[in-house]
Order: sequence, then C-alpha cells, then structure tokens
Amino acid sequence: MALMIPSISPMKISRYKRELSAALAYAALLIAVAIIAPSFYSAANLRDLALNNAPVLLVAIGMTMVILVAQIDISVGSLFAITSVAAGALAKSGVPMPLVLIGVVMLGAAMGVINGALIGTLRLPSIIVTLAMLVAWRDALRWTTGGEWVQNLPPNFQWLGLGQSLGQWLIVIASLLVLGFFAWTLRNMAVGRAVYAVGSDAEAARLAGIEPTRVTFFVFVFMGALVGLAALLNAVRFSTVPSNAGIGLELKAIAAVVVGGTAITGGRGTLIGTLIGVALLGTIGTALTFIGINPFWEKAIQGAIILAALASDFVLGRVERMRAAQQVS
Amino acid sequence: MSNQALLRAIDIDKSYAGVHALKHASFELRAGEVHALIGENGAGKSTLIKIITGAVAQDAGEIQLNETKITNNSPRVAKQLGIAAIYQQPALFAELSIAENIAIGLEQSSALSRVDWRARKQRAADLLTRVGAKIDPDSEAGDLTMPQQQLVEIARALGAKAKVLIMDEPTASLSEEDTQNLFTVIRQLRSEGAGIIYISHRLEELPLIADRVTVLRDGRTIDTREMAKVNREQLIQLMVGRELSAVFPKKTVDIGEVVLELREVGCSASGIQDVNLSVRAGEIVGLAGLVGGGRTELARTIFGLTPADHGEVLLRGKQVTIRSAAQAIESGVAYVPEDRRRHGVILDLAISANITLASLDQFSRMGALDFRREKEVAADYTRKLGIKTPTIFAPVATLSGGNQQKVALSRWLITKPSLLILDEPTQGIDVGAKSEVHALMTELASQGVAILMISSELPEVLGMSDRVAVMHGGTIVRTLDRSEATQEKVLALALGHGVDDSVN
Repeated sequence: MALMIPSISPMKISRYKRELSAALAYAALLIAVAIIAPSFYSAANLRDLALNNAPVLLVAIGMTMVILVAQIDISVGSLFAITSVAAGALAKSGVPMPLVLIGVVMLGAAMGVINGALIGTLRLPSIIVTLAMLVAWRDALRWTTGGEWVQNLPPNFQWLGLGQSLGQWLIVIASLLVLGFFAWTLRNMAVGRAVYAVGSDAEAARLAGIEPTRVTFFVFVFMGALVGLAALLNAVRFSTVPSNAGIGLELKAIAAVVVGGTAITGGRGTLIGTLIGVALLGTIGTALTFIGINPFWEKAIQGAIILAALASDFVLGRVERMRAAQQVS
Repeated sequence: MSNQALLRAIDIDKSYAGVHALKHASFELRAGEVHALIGENGAGKSTLIKIITGAVAQDAGEIQLNETKITNNSPRVAKQLGIAAIYQQPALFAELSIAENIAIGLEQSSALSRVDWRARKQRAADLLTRVGAKIDPDSEAGDLTMPQQQLVEIARALGAKAKVLIMDEPTASLSEEDTQNLFTVIRQLRSEGAGIIYISHRLEELPLIADRVTVLRDGRTIDTREMAKVNREQLIQLMVGRELSAVFPKKTVDIGEVVLELREVGCSASGIQDVNLSVRAGEIVGLAGLVGGGRTELARTIFGLTPADHGEVLLRGKQVTIRSAAQAIESGVAYVPEDRRRHGVILDLAISANITLASLDQFSRMGALDFRREKEVAADYTRKLGIKTPTIFAPVATLSGGNQQKVALSRWLITKPSLLILDEPTQGIDVGAKSEVHALMTELASQGVAILMISSELPEVLGMSDRVAVMHGGTIVRTLDRSEATQEKVLALALGHGVDDSVN
C-alpha cells in the first residue's frame, strides 16, 4: 500500500471509466498510426488537425453543458454561420478586431438568450426549439446575404492581424484556455454542481433550492457565446467568409460529446471526455488517409464509434444499476 | 348470494426490499357479493390486489379461482380468467376514442387483422348503455370527466365478462349523484353473479353497497364480518387495534416560540383550504391523514413549491410569501420529500455533493467550492448519522433506502433550519434505520427545531408527536394534544368523521 497514489483511488478511476474508454480508443488509434504511417506525425499535419478542430472543440464545450442539463441544441450550425458572416461584415466595415471579437460573442450569446428563454424559462422541448432555430436562422441569413460570401476582408482580419505563425498558436491556445476555464468551473464552482444536479433530476434540484429554469437558460446563453467565439476563430483562417458555414456542425459537436462519455440523458460527463471525443473524431479521417484506407469509410467509422460509445454507456449503466440493486437488497 | 367461494387468497406473503407488505393474509370472495376491503394506508390492500391481478407475484401462498389454483399469474392470465380491476385513477388512453379504449381490453385479434370499426363501435355503445352512461363512443377519452372515464372502465370490465371485479376507491372523485349511479351498476353486476372487491376509505358508504367486509392491518387479515352486523366504530377499531409495541425515543423538551403559523391558508392549485396550524420551536407536530387528504400538498405549499394563494403564512411572527424552494431555504425552512428515491436525493451525485446541495453558499467562496470543508462536513454527518458507505464520494444510488434517507436528512440539517418538514421520514426503511431517524428527530427538537412530520403510520405519529393535526379533504379538521390523541380518534377524523364520545 506504500505505493498507492492518494489522488487516484479506485473509486475515482471507476467514476471516469467512460472518459477512459474513449482515451484508450484514441491511444490505440495513435499507436496504430505511429506504426503504419509515422509521417502522420509531421508538424504541418498536426498543426492542421489542431486548427481544424479548435472551433469544433469550442462548440462541443457548450454542447457538453447543454447535454449535461439533459437538453440538446441542434441550432449551433446556423448560429455559427450567422456569427461567421457577422464577424466578416464587422471587420470589413472597419471595426477593430477586439470589438469584432466582443461583437460576435455577444451576438452568439443573444441568440443563445432566445434558445434559453424558450427552453429554460418557457420549458419548451429543446429539440423542437433548436430545430426551428436551425431552419429559421439559416434562411434568415440566406435572405439577408442573398447567398453571397463576405469577401475583400481587411488585412487585420486574417490571423487576427498577427500573421499565421503567431495567430495559429493563439487560436489553439485560446481554445484550450476556454476548455480549461469551463472544465474548472463545472468541477469547482457551485454553479457547475448545479448543472450536474439539474441534469440528473431537475425536480430534486428544485427541491434543494436550485432553479433549473435559470441554470438551463444560462447554459444556452454560454452555448451561443461559445459558438460566436468558434465562428470568429474559424473565420480568421480564410480570406473569405462563406455564408453556408457550419452545416453539420451540430452533428460533429454532439457526436464528440457522446463519444467523450457524456450521458445523453444528462447529469454525467466531463469536458476532458469531450476533448478526447473531439480529438478522436477529428483525427480519424486524416489518420485513415495516412494508413491508406479509403476516406470514403470515414463517416461509417465515425458512426461505428458513436454507436460503440452509446453501447458502452448502456452496458456500464446497467452494470452500475445492478451493483446498486445488490447493495440495496 | 351463494356460499361458494369464487376467489380465494390463501396465506399470501409478500415482501418488497425489506418491507413485509403481506403476512399470511387470506381473503375470500363469493359469487354475487360485494366484498369491501378496508385498512389504513400501508395495510396491504394494494399489494393484495396486485397479487390477485397478477401485477406482482406473491412470495408464498396461493390464489384460487373456483377452487382451482391460479399458476403463473400475470395481468394477461388474470384477464383471461375474468379478473378485472378498476383503479382510482382511470387508466384510459387519452388520445384514443372510447370505442378504441374498450376494444383494447377485449379484442383478441392478431396484429395484422383488419379492424371492424362498425362492430367495435356497436359493442362500445351497447356496453355503455348497460352501465347507464350517455357517452358517444367516438369521443376521445381525454375529453371525458373522471366519473365518465370510470364508467368506461366498468363498461370494459363488463365486456370482458369479468367474474371478479376489483374497484379501488371508485367513488373518491365522484359526486353524490354519480356515486348512486355507480352503486346501481354494481348492484346489477352482483345480481348477474359477479364477485366485486370494493376498496374504500368512505366507511359510511359501505353499508349501502357491501355485503361483507374484510379488514387488513399491517399486512394481516384481521377479520371478515357481515356488513349488516358491524358499525363504523367497530370497523375503525379493527383497522387500528394495534398495540403500540415500538418504543419511541420521545423526550419532553421546552417548547419555545411559535416558528410557523398558518392562518386560513389555502392553495387552489393543490386543493388545500382554510388551514390553521402552528408549530413551535422544540415541538414535533404530526400531520396525519389518508393519502389524498392534502398532507403532502400542504407541505409543498409551506415550502413554496405550490405557493399559497389564500391566507397568511408567518415565520417567527413575521408574515412571509414563499414562492420557491430557494426562498424557503433562505427563510430557514427545510423539506425532506416523500419520494426519496426520486426527489429527496440526486442518485448520480456523490454522497458529499448531495449533502451540501441545499447549502452551496455555505460551501463556496465567490462561487468556488471549498472541497475540503465539503469533505469534512460530509464525513462528519456520515459518521454522526451512521450512513453506511465505503466512501463519501460514492454516488447515492449505491446506498440502501435507509442510508439514502439519512443523506437526505443530512442535506437539510446543515442548512440549520428553524422549521423542518419531514414527509414520511421512515417509509420503506428498515427498523434499525427507523429508530435512528426517530432518535435524530428527538435530538433536533431538543435543539429547538420546530418539526412538522407527515406520516401514515399511526404509531409513529402518536409516538413522536407533541400534537397531532389531522387532515381530511384538504384541510386540518382538528388538532389533538398528545394526551388526547388515540389511534381511533385520529383515524376517525382522517376518514372525515367527527369525534364524539362513542369513539374513545
């Protein structure tokens, strides 16, 4: 027992087994790639992967919180498109970049307020509300822009005016800092505790003096703000802003959250798991190409990973319930 | 009425996770009789009914129909044998038409066969006429009133040619006129040779409809009598005649200032009205009554979940308006709800997180949780209350019922409440945990906490309370002092009868 590391008791390991199984799958993939196609680990490739996935990670952070409170948000792709175009348009009209940043985050948060008010305060079903928003915002954007892309962006827009070498690091580091901030908050703040409580059993949380309607409302506001930030950090990498950005983003984010071990029924999950989920799903396509498998299979394999994550969640849940039942009797 | 037994339950024994619901209970139903089944909450009536209808399986004993043992009973088998049950809350499919609802219970066709809509409607119309209901078979079940829905259920049972018809509190939500109509239908069924098991808390209506009556108490059959040969007082005595065997750790403590005072409090949403009550510091007030009497509703109103819309609520002499649990907690009110497994604790969260959930402000600085203090306090309460667990970080789902209840109690004790409302604090937990909870209540009272305890267990109410407030029909009908409260008086009041000198 002298060798026991106090901070990692068996209890803790069993609490994070969902994250652990995703991490093991990811490690297996990385090892396989290292053996078969070591060229995968070139600096340029890793940098591209990190940059491509940073915006997905930001959206998945918000989505984790949404799913933790037992809701869903499928409108994020449309919010992403609107905030992307807004970022381009603001920059083009000469607004300085720090204000563009604040502007798009506020815009995302404002759209989150609408979702939050309808879902949290009025208690409408989130899948329907965000489905409506998915369609409505997308069409509103098409109507406003006439499908045109934002072009001729000012030079200070690309890479936040810092140049690629510095800008790309800033994007990745900013994303990880945001991840760290929310992970810390969920674990260490009273409000984080409230998020888990509401997702586990909203009525029980209410009886304990927590207000589930408020918690849900703010989770959707943060979701919107994070989408705004993701949109900006994505847009600055390109010379134009397409008005059809973000299509399918909701699926990527939800898949990453689920693969990362967050229970779709709410109340259980961590952002570390989500980070692993984003990394696993974001890497697999490129990794397959390097291994020499037809990228045609990428989506099928992603689907299989999602099903495997759900199945393991189901099996683990059953095992836990059986153990609990044994304890009771 | 023949003397031939239609249905027999012999020596039925049943336990649920440590609760001994039925102890060698027996029951006999004849063809052509209405047999009333009575007993307090938790006497075992529902369990017996569930075993007869095959919803749960008995641990020991057997059910016989026409002298033949029923084997492998299940709701499906029972239905085929002609056993039908109508519950207090009609179980119709709200979105389907009446004709369809009746058909679901009766049509034995395969999934792929074509529906004969005309025959379906015709039969529904015939059955509805037989029960004297003027209901269009095409109307949706959800649009019917409660009595109408009940008649539809009876029509369905009639169509199934039920030989045994079980009715669980069928008149609880009926008007006088609807009750009379129902009785007419029941008498008709009886004359056609059906046996009817009639469960009701309304003792005064039993002489009008029942031929015999069987009393259950604590899972045992106490007696079966001819209805014509017993009166209400005798029935009440049979229902409660329990020895107060358990020793309650009741101590006399100094009763202090009035902590909670309700003046004419009502809440139209939950059906409580004109409630007057006071609870003092150090005092345990028992809130007795039958299920549906309004006890939990009153607790939820005090706690702000269904805020009062009439009357005044005073805490420590000051009028307050509590509109949420958060406000209640701030005002020093704590509420340990009845449905512990669902709402008293959060099963996914760790024991420590559950214990601090109602007082997160105490355990955080600028919103950041103080894990060290949380761990200390959680460990402290786990030890003090004897919560049996390998670690305070285990999810509450892994604990037994008694230990979950102790977690729920700990959560509220650390809010340092001046008023503690306990809703069925010892329901479904084992004897050892029970007396620990009772000891804890005594300890809290001696520290000056005002306690309002809802309980369906009369010995517990009488053993622990300084005063007993009895609820019936959404209001407190009377408050008895400890010295004058007896099981008979409390039960008579809970059943809606006055207390006079003949009941002592």
